[in-house]
Amino acid sequence: MKLPIYLDYQATTPVDPRVLETMLPYFTEVYGNAASRSHSFGWKAEEAVDTARNQIASLIGASRKEIVLTSGSTEAINLALKGAAKMYAEKGRHIITSMVEHKAVLDTCKHLEKEGCEVTYLKPDKRGSISPQQVAAAIRDDTILVALIWANNEIGTINPIREIGAICHERGVLLFTDATQAVGKIPVDVEADHVDLMCLSGHKLYGPKGVGALYVRRRNPRVRLVAQMDGGGHERGMRSGTLNVPGIAGLGKACELCERELEQEAQRTLALRDRFEAKLQSALDHIHVNGDLEHRLPGCSNVSFSYVEGESLLMGIKDIAVSSGSACTSASLEPSHVLSAMDVGDELVHSSIRFGIGRFTDQEQVDFAADHVIEAVNRLRDLSPLYEMVQEGIDLSTVDWLAH
Amino acid sequence: MAYSDKVLDHYDNPRNVGSLDKQKRSVGTGVVGAPECGDVMKLQIEVEGDTIVDAKFKTFGCGSAIASSSLATEWIKGKTLDEANTIRNTEIVKELSLPPVKIHCSVLAEDAIKAAISDFKSKQEEKD
Repeated sequence: MKLPIYLDYQATTPVDPRVLETMLPYFTEVYGNAASRSHSFGWKAEEAVDTARNQIASLIGASRKEIVLTSGSTEAINLALKGAAKMYAEKGRHIITSMVEHKAVLDTCKHLEKEGCEVTYLKPDKRGSISPQQVAAAIRDDTILVALIWANNEIGTINPIREIGAICHERGVLLFTDATQAVGKIPVDVEADHVDLMCLSGHKLYGPKGVGALYVRRRNPRVRLVAQMDGGGHERGMRSGTLNVPGIAGLGKACELCERELEQEAQRTLALRDRFEAKLQSALDHIHVNGDLEHRLPGCSNVSFSYVEGESLLMGIKDIAVSSGSACTSASLEPSHVLSAMDVGDELVHSSIRFGIGRFTDQEQVDFAADHVIEAVNRLRDLSPLYEMVQEGIDLSTVDWLAH
Repeated sequence: MAYSDKVLDHYDNPRNVGSLDKQKRSVGTGVVGAPECGDVMKLQIEVEGDTIVDAKFKTFGCGSAIASSSLATEWIKGKTLDEANTIRNTEIVKELSLPPVKIHCSVLAEDAIKAAISDFKSKQEEKD
């Protein structure tokens, strides 16, 4: 077993060897600009892009004409939010989103607020979920867009997008969903799920970094966006710029593999995740699994280990690559905004670790990780004044802390 | 996040982990920080006459916080109360090569020393 072990699949994924193989010819052999209409170099490149569009569309239940290729989800999110806000400004300037979105959505919303939009940030329940009722209650006459994450990157919670989408359609409001963590992992169907705009990213589904797509609905209703990248009018005028042909070919192949293997992979990763959590639960007391335990990404496990701080735990499991919601692990010294919004309690936020299981995770790695985590938690609890107080029967919520 | 070798050493081999009997008159206990901040340090001293003869700590916090408090117990053992009171967080930062973002851990360790000394002193006043 090779060390260190990678268990941070929500952060990024390795490129599948089959995807890499698909990409290689487009660097040195089929290297034409896909927009070169006058020679076979260009035609061959365009063909590769068309194939990829079909593969992407097939995975999400869309038509290939509805795929706008971008540099990733962040760019797609910017295009969707800013593009729609500008296009529909006459209709209204109100946007609804949630407190647990990815920063790409939150920061873009902040930008739109500076430009005069009004944004409502819905608060999730304790499991990190937004309900259709909340959305319905927040929609106003001047609402133009609802932007909600499909599957949360930190805790794995899956929002009821289909029900939310139905409400949005009923009320004449567009639904944009950040499906970066959902596509390729759980079934996604833009028709059945009533989605109007949706982003996806190559490097989250075993494709390359630097490429992604925005799904833009063409019928019922036809969605239009003001382009954010000008210069030539590529992608039906929505996103100018020479296409990253090798990246796109890779993204397409990655989508094709996901579609083919989705069900069996979901079952396999679910079994590994559940095995991992069962081991932790049987060996440790005072641990809390964060998120919606019923509606959760199969490969995501966000666990808080009470009385042990996240960064110190990461130091104790340095052969395992994971991430934490603790303030000490963020460059800004702010704790996870997702866990904070869920009101799990500040102390649980600082004790949280996110484990991500993926395509190349096997049982040996999962068992090794569980054993090491258990060992590290026990060692750190011996060092923990909080654990000591709890063992003595003290209720920590009654203590007067001398914070400075 | 790159840790200095000294921080890693304190983390892997922390010095003076444990607890002293806080009921004893000769023991001073300082608890600083708060769970919501992700940092809580408990530092205890056993004093004979004027000198700290033993020190123990327990910390809930990041690697730098653990190292800062572990180092603090190492430094104060054998010192008088007055000497221990002069330990500055900047010395801890220097010794452990703490980056700017971790300086607050050393401040908390300095606070913990002072809190333990202060608790010990107030216990002497009570009993008299």
